[in-house]
Amino acid sequence: MSQVRGGFTKQMARNMFYGGTVFFALLFAALVFHTERRIPQRSNASAITPQVIAGKKIWETRNCIGCHTLLGEGAYFAPELGNVYQRRGGEFIKAWIQAQPTHIPGRRQMPQFDLTEQQLDDLVQFLKWTGEINTEKWPPNIEG
Amino acid sequence: MNTQQVLKYRSQAVAKPYFIAAMLLFAGQIVFGISLGLQYVIGDFLFPYIPFNVARMVHTNLLIVWLLFGFMGAAYYIVPEESETELWSPKLAKALFWIFLAAGVLTIVGYLTLPYAKLAELTGNDLLQTMGREFLEQPLPTKIGIVVVALGFLLNVSMTVLKGRKTSVSVVLLMGLWGLAIFFLFSFVNPHNLVRDKMYWWFVVHLWVEGVWELILGALLAYVLVKTTGVDREVIDKWLYVIIAFALMTGILGTGHHFYFIGLPGYWQWIGSIFSAMEPIPFFMMTVFAFNMVQRRRREHPNQAAVLWALGTAVMGFLGAGLWGFIHTLSPVNYYTHGSQVTAAHGHLAFYGAYVLVVITLISYAMPTLRGRIANSQRAQAVEMWSFWIMSIGMGVMVLALTGAGILQVWLQRLPTEGAMSFMSTQDQLRFFYWVRIAGGVTFLLGQFTYFASFFVGGEPVKTDTVTSAKLAQA
Repeated sequence: MSQVRGGFTKQMARNMFYGGTVFFALLFAALVFHTERRIPQRSNASAITPQVIAGKKIWETRNCIGCHTLLGEGAYFAPELGNVYQRRGGEFIKAWIQAQPTHIPGRRQMPQFDLTEQQLDDLVQFLKWTGEINTEKWPPNIEG
Repeated sequence: MNTQQVLKYRSQAVAKPYFIAAMLLFAGQIVFGISLGLQYVIGDFLFPYIPFNVARMVHTNLLIVWLLFGFMGAAYYIVPEESETELWSPKLAKALFWIFLAAGVLTIVGYLTLPYAKLAELTGNDLLQTMGREFLEQPLPTKIGIVVVALGFLLNVSMTVLKGRKTSVSVVLLMGLWGLAIFFLFSFVNPHNLVRDKMYWWFVVHLWVEGVWELILGALLAYVLVKTTGVDREVIDKWLYVIIAFALMTGILGTGHHFYFIGLPGYWQWIGSIFSAMEPIPFFMMTVFAFNMVQRRRREHPNQAAVLWALGTAVMGFLGAGLWGFIHTLSPVNYYTHGSQVTAAHGHLAFYGAYVLVVITLISYAMPTLRGRIANSQRAQAVEMWSFWIMSIGMGVMVLALTGAGILQVWLQRLPTEGAMSFMSTQDQLRFFYWVRIAGGVTFLLGQFTYFASFFVGGEPVKTDTVTSAKLAQA
């Protein structure tokens, strides 16, 4: 129909797509395998205690990511919490969560989650562990 | 109105409910979007009934689900025509529609009526913890339902292609849709180690919107351009393969631009920066391609509104995904903008430009035929075209406002090595930008009303297709 002589054909374009995709997919897979082997050391995986795991579950089931960021990912309504343990300390974090909502008119409000003392401790341990991950020196400063 | 005279295959009609559901959910998405915008400046608006995080998950989940309804409707419409055979099972398509809609509605109702921890407890999150991650807030049964619906849908359209003619459009569309389903399976992977959790999360999100979804986008755009311009299919097919080749060759390793600061090795800063910097290329190509095709058209298709949406998709996709993505993709820049309002700006314009617009483009082309006409009346098309401009300008205002907010946020909160302003104090300084964003959002809402109104505008629709070239019979 339109290819009467040589030049860049549809078949060549299709081959570039298939070949290129397979090549980069394999390369990506190889890089991910290598990365997986670096993660335990970078993330202090040996410090993931049952308490840290329980804390992650609290983080997820209360949908903290719906307002906050964790290592810069999440929602942008409330502060970054990846370094909050370093910024505020465990006791402040627990007291803050227990005291919500502030009811200050017009201020962004955080719900009350009715967490037990154990659950609060678990969450703090999760946030402490998170703050010790090697994130290539991110965030730039203590404010997150 | 006898749709059978206009639709090439009767089973294409199953697309109609999918498009209607898509538009209803889109309306809901924007209502919640406005409320989120208001909560940014009136912090206790709707609290405690609909806290910010609940409104947000409703807003984002509605977006994803309506786009999925749009993709599925598009596939049901396109595949029979491309394959030159009726859909394998129209009954299955109708059943899956109601299953997906019910699952979606129940999920949204669950978000709004139950505390999230309670919803998790009631829906088996303790069996397999998949909840509580951004965009993947759905309870386990919903996630399983999505897989079941996706597999049923893929079976249906794949069997149709297998028994009929294979075209580049249908093959690329199928690859994109299969990829969508396969990568969604990573939503069931939630390691205890947060770093691994985050890495695999991006296998869903990035490899969707900067990966396989681009195949879907390319196929839908190519389809509408073939139909409305009459340009030789071989030309369009070649462009399509080049575009998707570049999309995956840049996008697969471009995943690394999410791996800079989440605990993964530092080499991702090099790999991610280099490859993601090239991710705008396929979007640039799509823009050149779209304008080229329209310029080389062999006919004036009666549905000029669809042509405008197609060109709009290419341009806004390039601006939102390409340009706004590029400005913060290099790791030295991203170090300061990561998780800021710049991210929100890019996200909105990218989703709108690439995916919202391509689904609307397809609906604009297909819906008249599903209603028994070639194209809507001149008056209806004019209203539709106005809606494109109003929505796009509204979105543009929102995105410029958020970009300004992001720049000031970085200046106050991220750049200073000491004495940086706290998050909450910084947010107070951004209030002006957030009010401008609301103005943009309300404009967008008005544009959306205009778009919906266009479906009801009267006048004489175009019922017969005047073919000006014999070649069109083969397109």
